[in-house]
Amino acid sequence: MNPLHENSLHVGRREFFGRSVAGLGTAALASLLARDGHAADRSGGLPDLPHFMPKAKRVIYLFQNGGPTHVDLFDYKPKLIEMHGQPVPQDYIGDKRFSTMTGNTAGKVMLAPVEPFRQRGQSGAWVSDFLPHTAGIADELCFIHSLHTEQVNHAPAIQFLLSGAELPGRPTAGAWLSYGLGSDNDTLPSFCVMTSVSKGTSCGQIFYDFYWGSGFLPSRFQGVKFRGSSEPVLYLNNPDGVSSSMRRKWLDDIAKLNELKLADYGDPEISTRIAQYEMSYKMQSSVPDLTDFSDETEATLALYGPQVKEPGTFAYNCLMARRLAERGVRFVQLMHAGWDQHGSVTTELYTQCKDTDQPSAGLILDLKQRGLLEDTLVIWGGEFGRTPFLQGNINDRPKWGRDHHPYAFSLWMAGGGVKAGVQYGESDDLGINVANNGVHVHDFQATLMHLLGIDHERLTYRFQGRDFRLTDIHGHVVEAVLA
Amino acid sequence: MSKYTINTLASLLLIAPLLVGFSSVAHADESNIVFSRDIRPILAGHCFNCHGPDEGSREGDLRLDTEEGARKSLEVEGGVAKLMGRVTSHDPDLVMPPPSVKKPLTPAQIERLTRWVEAGAPWGSHWAFEPLVKPAVPTVPVAASGLMASVNNPIDHFVQARLMARKVTPAPEASRETLIRRVTLDLTGLSPTPDEVDNFVQDMSADAWGKVVDRLLASPAYGERMAWSWLDAARYADSNGYQGDNERTMWPWRDWVIDAFNQNLPYDQFTVWQLAGDLLPDATFEQKMATGFCRNHMINGEGGRIAEENRVDYVMDMTETMGTVWLGLTMNCCRCHDHKFDPLSQQDYYSLSAFFNQTPVDGSGGNPQTPPVLTVRSNEQRQKEEDIETQLAGLKQPIEQREKELVAARQAWEQTTLANAGESTWQPLKPIKSSAVHQALTVQDEGSILASGANPRNDTYTLELSSGLEKITAIRLDALNHDSHTQGGLSRSDSGNFVLTEIELLVQPPGSDQATKLSIASAEATFEQGDLKVVRAFDGDSNTGWAVYAGKPIDRSHSAVFRLAEPLTISRDATLTIVLRHDSPHASHNIGRFRLRASEAANAKLDDSNAALIANLRTPADQRTQEQRDQIVAAQRADDATYGALLKERDQLQKSLSDLRGGFPKVMVMEDMPQPRKTWVLTRGIYSKPGDEVTANVPGKLPQLPAGETVNRLALARWIVSDENPLTARVTVNRFWQQFFGIGLVKTPEDFGVQGEIPLQQDLLDWLAADFREHGWNVKRLIRQIVTSHTYRQSSRITTQDAENVTASETFSGMSYEEDPENRYLSRGPRFRMPSWMVRDQALAASGLMVRAVGGSPVRGYQPAGVWEETTFGRKQYAQDHGDALYRRSLYTFWRRIIAPTMFFDNATRQTCTVKSFRTNTPLQALLTLNDVTFVEAARALAERVLTSDNAGAADNTSDKNRIDAVFRQLLCRRATSDEKAILLAAIDRSRGEFRADPEAAGKLLAIGESKRNEQLDAIEHAAWTSLTLAVMNLDETLTKE
Repeated sequence: MNPLHENSLHVGRREFFGRSVAGLGTAALASLLARDGHAADRSGGLPDLPHFMPKAKRVIYLFQNGGPTHVDLFDYKPKLIEMHGQPVPQDYIGDKRFSTMTGNTAGKVMLAPVEPFRQRGQSGAWVSDFLPHTAGIADELCFIHSLHTEQVNHAPAIQFLLSGAELPGRPTAGAWLSYGLGSDNDTLPSFCVMTSVSKGTSCGQIFYDFYWGSGFLPSRFQGVKFRGSSEPVLYLNNPDGVSSSMRRKWLDDIAKLNELKLADYGDPEISTRIAQYEMSYKMQSSVPDLTDFSDETEATLALYGPQVKEPGTFAYNCLMARRLAERGVRFVQLMHAGWDQHGSVTTELYTQCKDTDQPSAGLILDLKQRGLLEDTLVIWGGEFGRTPFLQGNINDRPKWGRDHHPYAFSLWMAGGGVKAGVQYGESDDLGINVANNGVHVHDFQATLMHLLGIDHERLTYRFQGRDFRLTDIHGHVVEAVLA
Repeated sequence: MSKYTINTLASLLLIAPLLVGFSSVAHADESNIVFSRDIRPILAGHCFNCHGPDEGSREGDLRLDTEEGARKSLEVEGGVAKLMGRVTSHDPDLVMPPPSVKKPLTPAQIERLTRWVEAGAPWGSHWAFEPLVKPAVPTVPVAASGLMASVNNPIDHFVQARLMARKVTPAPEASRETLIRRVTLDLTGLSPTPDEVDNFVQDMSADAWGKVVDRLLASPAYGERMAWSWLDAARYADSNGYQGDNERTMWPWRDWVIDAFNQNLPYDQFTVWQLAGDLLPDATFEQKMATGFCRNHMINGEGGRIAEENRVDYVMDMTETMGTVWLGLTMNCCRCHDHKFDPLSQQDYYSLSAFFNQTPVDGSGGNPQTPPVLTVRSNEQRQKEEDIETQLAGLKQPIEQREKELVAARQAWEQTTLANAGESTWQPLKPIKSSAVHQALTVQDEGSILASGANPRNDTYTLELSSGLEKITAIRLDALNHDSHTQGGLSRSDSGNFVLTEIELLVQPPGSDQATKLSIASAEATFEQGDLKVVRAFDGDSNTGWAVYAGKPIDRSHSAVFRLAEPLTISRDATLTIVLRHDSPHASHNIGRFRLRASEAANAKLDDSNAALIANLRTPADQRTQEQRDQIVAAQRADDATYGALLKERDQLQKSLSDLRGGFPKVMVMEDMPQPRKTWVLTRGIYSKPGDEVTANVPGKLPQLPAGETVNRLALARWIVSDENPLTARVTVNRFWQQFFGIGLVKTPEDFGVQGEIPLQQDLLDWLAADFREHGWNVKRLIRQIVTSHTYRQSSRITTQDAENVTASETFSGMSYEEDPENRYLSRGPRFRMPSWMVRDQALAASGLMVRAVGGSPVRGYQPAGVWEETTFGRKQYAQDHGDALYRRSLYTFWRRIIAPTMFFDNATRQTCTVKSFRTNTPLQALLTLNDVTFVEAARALAERVLTSDNAGAADNTSDKNRIDAVFRQLLCRRATSDEKAILLAAIDRSRGEFRADPEAAGKLLAIGESKRNEQLDAIEHAAWTSLTLAVMNLDETLTKE
């Protein structure tokens, strides 16, 4: 179905539900969702944005929480095989800091990739056998092999990647985009978050709510977390015994009473309240509609793999991401935990890949077949990579692991404005340091903003006397990956 | 014309020095031109509109808000400073401000400017850093004030003088119903009862309002209301934050805050106690506990974090929180570099942090009660503790008495014991054949068996042994240390630990080729590692087993006794086969050296002390060592039932006591180490990159510490509340103002620095701040001052431009919303959505469900299932409370830092200090107040209240009207208008119809919430009224303080 056509059907459905917010006045919409009153005819956002024609209208960020092992998945280093079991060459390490679990690298030995790598597709990108489905779409992907970060522990590194600062308190990328660009729909939040974790994984990173926080931006820009359960939005369902039609009539009464108050008191905040309640009603129908997969074909469901119908799985969330994207949600952030293989690269890593590989690839294929990939930017990656050297005992294969590694790691992007079938940047021959074309986290963030039509240096917010931005005072757009 | 101008100016300039000279004798103080007091307000009030910070409206490329810009205007042109030429010009085309803006300068203002220029135009520092001087209260001219609403106190003088200058009339006083709802919400966070409303509406005495205010200030709910904002500022929570997010017990500190507000502890003491109460001479328990303020920061228990890095984070958090709360300065920029705007250097920052860097707090681990802590007991707990202590003391005498009796009986007991003693229980089992799948087992000289050779992942040992016994009741396995083992431990695994996954005992009678497996009934071991218990070694499951690692190198042997289900009777030459399996996933956890023994005693024990005792007793009394004598005494006592009972009783009491004490909340507090810790500037804020050493000090650009005092936290705290400090009183008054007006006099309560807002009404702020300080930092007095002003009591109705005040003169009118949407001129009363916690408290109070106990441990109210579990992978289970706990004020809700309670919107996250209030209008909040159990249950209870309070059981129109009024009175303190009634009468009829058609739905709605409903009420009627009440709870007016 043509997305435009589908969108118009949605409009029709909304009207069917009755009251329209038209006629309430533009001010009323100002403080709802991401709408900011500056351009109420549009969908909120700042009047001077986008700064230039965007390549992507929206983002789906498949965040891989825990630090996926770049040297086992995407960054092929034959020399690691050669050096398997040999001591870490200290000239690669210098005074680098690792987590206290590793401490000093002296006495550690190199660890070969667990699974073999192969070149894939026309582009010849190296992808390991851990990820057969991702390998199958390699020509759609833009790999960056030279990402590097400044943080070595999970929460600070994730926060740094998503908000540009390691401590909580800054707005995350999704909040910045909602603030700057507003919303393309009026029945769902512009920034939605879903979380999942692989089954049987032993690691337990927590999903802190500041991973999708709005920091000092008004809280309406913070991500709304959809839960992996029958009630994806808290308090969404009417109380038992209150039917939708009963509720509709009471909301009409509330609106009438509020209009009396508005006529008497003249406070524009009252119009906002009327619109707020109207919007809450719309969400009561838009959200169940969103989670009702009965309109998906078997072929589509099959793309995402066997877990697609299980709420709370990564596969389910990937399909939800597509459904949110086609409804115009600006920023969809999936957080998938379980990539923290300190002692399980030969065991749990398989489950982890199995749970994420097919849904990730399926999402790309699905977006593509719907024509959505063109203006949707998909990002797949975590907060850092994993050490090319071993954590554990070389003689104890079942317990092999890798520690956190911030100095070089990989991610891939696809769709909206990035070159397909490209590999950018290189780590050194052991995957320890960046060898060329390093991409700092702030560079990556600048590039993300650029793809959305935003000059990262010009989207700022004054707080506590300083103009803050996602990229702090750094960041350069990685021009080479732009389509 | 221009000639005349110059003449006038010349004469002015001539006169000016005379004036200065004259006044300097008579009024020394007044003659000093203080830039921030005398000049800046003139420039700000008359010039900044076109020559201020706003680039868009700036005229002639001239700005007077910066020294650089102003200097340009003071260049001399034609003998006079350009600025003076323009302000004194009589040419309407030249004079400034231009006549069209209707803001002419008064002669007095021109005179002040002249004197300022004469004095060399000294530029002042930033307003908030200037000393706090109490400004004179402006008079509101009689002629004008006749037109105006009342002028109740100096607040109104400032506000109305400013309004008058703009020819604006303040709004009239709000209705009494509106007023009492407003002030009750503001001072207690609850809405008034209908009786309270009626009393006030009917009280015609002159001080009716004062009485209401005093009653509210005296109510315990006042402290609860005031505490909320303070907890936001103090980043108070009930857990650590970060991974692990362990639960802490800081709530006695929270109760102290409530009490401090209720007792009206002067704000300077409130400050000193919280920052440095521990350092006060003879500090009281409360003063020490108050320092919990500093320790409310998050604690990071994430694995892999460096303790010192955490500790430095905590010190920075304490420093920055102090900076924001008291000084209104945002200091976090200075972690890494000098402040870009404010005169704060990185050195200043670390000098301030040095005050907080002296605690013995350790940064390692996630202990939610990281010392130093203060143990807090309630009176009840204290009583209980004393009771147990008394009982324990009472046991002392009988125990001693019995001990004496036992001494007398010892001789006889020794003889009896010796007579009954058997031989030592454990007999060695002699290895006939020992083998392992992978290793070599060799019998050592002393009889133990050593495994050697390859070090396999797993191994199984098979031993054939002869016992020399005719009866076996138990087998004993001793795992023994050896130099060949890791760190001299018990195996060659990475830790020296072993995991015995299975032990099997088989007996093969001579001549038979059929071995019988013996079943083991029970076992005990010298140590068990967590779940790796000794019983796991004979559970038939090779995945489980017995292990002994205790987190450190194993420097001792370990033993286990396996008791047979049935005693085994065998011939002395029969062989016994014992199989030891090591099949765990842990590599090489195979026992490295061991010994096997057997016993025929009825109840063979691991502790072989009986053998030792017998040996002791056989030693002649005069040859016994002290140790032997002690062992004998102990054994006799252990054998005595009377003595045993006494000890058991004592042990139980001691356990109760330690359980009781373990449950006492511990509040983390401040303490300075005897040896000061050095503090350095940290390069880029990184804990491990110290730069220059600094000592504790206050920022260089602010007044300095008094000389000669000990420089510690106490000195800092006293400096904060000293008369010289220009910031504290202003920052504090502003925060309280924000609480009542929704927006501070300075809009940026967290930032009084150069980039913060320069207050429009600085004179009012300064007056309030100075007055507050002069009157002993009396918070209740300040609040009384604010809420008794006309400014506060104004109607919040928005004046539309076409609805002019007909009683006012033509020149005066109300101010339109467009002119002042944020109400910064205070021409009308405050109107804004209440904080979400207040919305909840209001609903609970109006419904009658609220349980009004003050203080205590936090409660877990209704929350949708799975919120904690989903975020923490099930590691934090939400165990909802029941009964009273569900109806406590929001203040007492358990605050988990990583997953804040779902029922509060726009609140501080309680992760770091927050002093600014936010208000948004997300639809998610509407869903909460429409659908959450708390609100639906409150609606049901309020409906019940209304339905049972009238006697008209019938559903007639008259009683419906009364009931609608009753609902309105509970929530809105007023009756419904006829238009509102018309809508709701139709609605209640409709709702009845709906539930009549679907009575089951009525039952479902009424079943929501754990409180019991009045079953006497007709379900249809009750459900319909519940729906109506829920709708009224969701009206804009209900959600709003107006």
